[in-house]
Amino acid sequence: MTPEELRQSAEAERQKSHACKHILGVCCAAGCQSMGSDKIKDALDKQVKLKGLESEVNVKSVGCLGLCAAGPLVSLESDGKKAMYQAVKEADVAEVVEKLGKAPVKRLELSLDIPFFARQQKIILENSGVIDPERIEEYFAAGGYEALIKALTDLEPAEVIDAVSRSGLRGRGGAGFPTGLKWATVAKAAGSRKYVVCNADEGDPGAFMNRSVLESDPHRVIEGMIIAGYAVGASQGYVYVRAEYPLAIKRLKTAIKQAEGKGLLGDKILGTTFSFRLEIRLGAGAFVCGEETALLVSIEGSRGMPRPRPPFPAEAGLWGMPTLINNVETFSTVPPILRNGWEWYSAIGTEKSKGTKVFALAGQIKNTGLIEVPMGTKLRDIIFDIGGGVPDGKKFKAVQTGGPSGGCIPESKLDMSVDYESLREAGSIMGSGGMIVMNEDSSMVDVAKFFTEFCMSESCGKCVPCRTGTAQMYGLLEKIHAGEAVKADLELLKELCDLVRTTSLCGLGQTAPNPVMSTLHYFEKEYTSLLKDGPGKPAAAR
Amino acid sequence: MAATPVSTEVVTLKLNDRDVSATRGQTILEVAREQGMEIPTLCFLEGLTPWGACRLCMIELKGSPKLLPACTTKAAEGMEIVLDSDRLKKYRKMILELLFAERNHVCAVCVSNGRCELQDLAQKNGVTHVRFPYRYAKYEVDSTHDLFRLDHNRCIMCTRCVRVCHEIEGAHVWDLKGRGIETEVVADNNLPWGQSESCTRCGKCIHACPVGALVEKTTAVNEMKKRSGFLPYLTTMRENRP
Ligand SMILES: Cc1cc2nc3c(=O)[nH]c(=O)nc-3n(C[C@H](O)[C@H](O)[C@H](O)COP(=O)(O)O)c2cc1C
Ligand code: SF4
Ligand code: SF4
Ligand code: FES
Repeated sequence: MTPEELRQSAEAERQKSHACKHILGVCCAAGCQSMGSDKIKDALDKQVKLKGLESEVNVKSVGCLGLCAAGPLVSLESDGKKAMYQAVKEADVAEVVEKLGKAPVKRLELSLDIPFFARQQKIILENSGVIDPERIEEYFAAGGYEALIKALTDLEPAEVIDAVSRSGLRGRGGAGFPTGLKWATVAKAAGSRKYVVCNADEGDPGAFMNRSVLESDPHRVIEGMIIAGYAVGASQGYVYVRAEYPLAIKRLKTAIKQAEGKGLLGDKILGTTFSFRLEIRLGAGAFVCGEETALLVSIEGSRGMPRPRPPFPAEAGLWGMPTLINNVETFSTVPPILRNGWEWYSAIGTEKSKGTKVFALAGQIKNTGLIEVPMGTKLRDIIFDIGGGVPDGKKFKAVQTGGPSGGCIPESKLDMSVDYESLREAGSIMGSGGMIVMNEDSSMVDVAKFFTEFCMSESCGKCVPCRTGTAQMYGLLEKIHAGEAVKADLELLKELCDLVRTTSLCGLGQTAPNPVMSTLHYFEKEYTSLLKDGPGKPAAAR
Repeated sequence: MAATPVSTEVVTLKLNDRDVSATRGQTILEVAREQGMEIPTLCFLEGLTPWGACRLCMIELKGSPKLLPACTTKAAEGMEIVLDSDRLKKYRKMILELLFAERNHVCAVCVSNGRCELQDLAQKNGVTHVRFPYRYAKYEVDSTHDLFRLDHNRCIMCTRCVRVCHEIEGAHVWDLKGRGIETEVVADNNLPWGQSESCTRCGKCIHACPVGALVEKTTAVNEMKKRSGFLPYLTTMRENRP
C-alpha cells in the first residue's frame, strides 16, 4: 500500500460512516463482554434487519467506553448527536432501535455531562469506544498510520527521536524514564541487530489499562512500535503479552495480520526501504516478568529472573543486542505526538510530567473503570469528581497508587497533583496507573499485609533480601495483626523494610516495602494499637 | 610523555580512600581482591558468570543514592567507593541472619561444619544470634545419586551449582523451580538426581557449593572438604588453549 492508497481508504471509510444516520457502538472489550455485550450486539443486528433499517443504522463493535461499572455500554450517534446507554439488556434492544432518531430512552441513558466523561482528556484512549478494533479501515479513518507515513516519508530517524524527546513523554511502565532519551541511547548503541519490545505484561492486580488499549485500539500500539523501529534502527519487534489476556492477544494478532496485508509491516513498508516485522510472545503471568530484564530473558526462553543493570537493555538486551523496551501506553502515545506535533503534547500536563495518563479506578469507589486525565490533575478530583467518591455513604480513608508495590496515600494528601515526582514524595509511585480506593472500614495493617503477601509470592526467589526478607516481613505483619507482637517486632519490621528496599536486585524487591512504609508513615497508630506493649496497654502486659 | 599501552585502558578509582588502578572491564570485587581488601561474597565464585543475588557484596558509591553489588559493577574512572561502612556492615549481618532463618542450618550435624562459607561469613561479620524467627519449613534430602547427596535444608540458593554445571561442565543438570521462598534447585526436569540422564558424575557442583547442601555421600559430620579453587585454574587453561 502506498501513502496515497492508505489515504484513499481512510476517505472511503469516512464517507461510508457519514452515509449512516445512526451509529450504535456496542462495547466489546473484556469488561462489557463478560456482562454479555456480544449478545446485545447480535440482538441489535437482528432488530435492525427485522425493521429493514440496514442502510440507515450501523451497529458496530467498539472498544472500551470506560465506565466498566455501568456495563454493558452502548454508545449512540444520531445525526451528529451523541448519547450513551448503560446496563443494556437484550430486552431493551427493541426499544433502543425504535427510539433511533427520536429522544433517547431515558431509562437507559447515562449522561455524557457527568464529570466522569466531561473531565477526561483522551489521547491514548482517543479511539477507544469509537472505532471497531478489528477493522484497520476504521483506524485509517481516525487518522491512523498518518504518523507512520510522516515518519517514513518526511523525517529522518534522528528527527523522530527529537520530536519524542521534545514532547517530554516519559515511560508509562512505571519508572517514568524519558522516552526520547531511551530511544536516542538505543539508536546510538552499536549492534549488528536491534530490537523493539513492547511490555504488555501488566501484572498488577486490578490494572487493565494496557489490556484495554490492546483490545480497543491495537493498531495504535503497532504504529508506535514501527515508528520506534525506524527511529532506533531495528527491524524486528516483539510484543510480550500475558497469556491471561486472550481477547487482547486475538485482536493484536488480527491487527498484525491486517497491517501485514496492507504492507505496513514486513518488507519495504509503504514503498520505502524500511522493513519491520512484529511477533507476539506470551508470558505465563508472573508479575516479575514485567521487569524488563526478566521479560527479555523470558523471550529468550529462559526462566524469567531479573539480572543486574547495567548493562541496560538499551546497550545489551535481547540476545545481547541493543533493545528498546517500552510500555503499551508509551508506544501508543507516539503516533499522536508525531501527528499533532511535540509542541501540542508538551503543552499538556505539568512541567516535568507531560501529557495524559490512563488510570484504572478500583476498590471502594463508585465509578470503577478506566480514565485518562492530564498529568497534574488533583488526586481529589480523580477520586471524588471523576470517580464519584466512596459509595454507601462511607468515608474515604486512603488510596493505593502504583499497584502492589506502590504506597497508600491518606486524605490529607488528596490535594496533591498526580505526577511522577509528587507521588514519589508522598511515598508512593505512579507505577502502571492502578488506583485502589479504601474506605473507613479498611484496616491499614490488613492492606499492608495483603500487598506484602502478593510481593512475597511473586518474588522470583533470586536475591536474598527480597526472597526471604519479604517472607519475614509478612510473618511480622501477621504477628502484629494477630495482636501478638511487641514494640521490638515493629522496629525489626522497619529495619527489614529498609534492608529489602536498599539491597534488593530489582524493582520488585526495591519497592515491595512501600505499602508497609507508607501505611506506617501515615497510619502508625493502627500498628501500635495492636502491639501488646503499645500505648494505652496495662503496664502488666508490657 | 611515555606512550600509554594500547589495548588495555586503565582507570583509577578510590577504594576506602586508597587510590587504586584497574583495567577497564574489571569489577569492583576483582580490583578490591587484587588489593587484598575484603568484600564478603556468597553467590560469587571466581570462574563463573557473576549472578548478583546474595547482595552481601553491596558497596557504597559516592554520589549514587543506590548501593551497588561489587561482583557485577564495573570499575570506572574517578569512582569513590566505600567497602565497609557501618550501614553496609549492618545490612550484611541482616542478610546472613535471613539466610540462617530461611532453612534448617543445623551446623553441629552438618558434614560441612567448620568448612562452610556461610558459617565463616557469619563469624567474620559478627553474627552472634539471629533476630528473625526460624521458618522451620521441611525440606527433602535427595540421596538417590550413588555418589552425591543434595540436602535442600542447607541450600542458600546461590546457584553456583547451576552455573558450574552449565558453564563449565556443559551438562546443565541443575535449574530452579518455584517462586519466592518456595524456590528450589532441581535436577533435569524435576527428577530425583539419581535418575538424571544429563549428570556426568563429575562432582563439580559438590565443590562449587558453598555450604553443606551438595556433598559426597561417604562423608561424615565435619568431614566434607571442598575444593572450589579448581575453577579459575580450569578457566585459565581454557583461555590459554591455542
Ligand atoms: C516487578 C516489576 C514489574 C513490572 N511490570 C511492568 C509491566 O507490567 N508493564 C510495564 O510496562 N512495565 C513494567 N515494569 C517496568 C519495566 O521494567 C520497564 O521499566 C518498562 O517496561 C519500561 O517501559 P517505559 O519506559 O515505557 O515505562 C515492571 C517493573 C518491575 C520492577
Ligand atoms: S528483588 Fe525479588 S524479584 Fe527482584 S531479583 Fe530479587 S528476588 Fe527476584
Ligand atoms: S545446592 Fe549449593 S551450590 Fe546449589 S544453589 Fe544450593 S547452596 Fe548454592
Ligand atoms: S557476591 Fe555479589 S551479590 Fe552475591
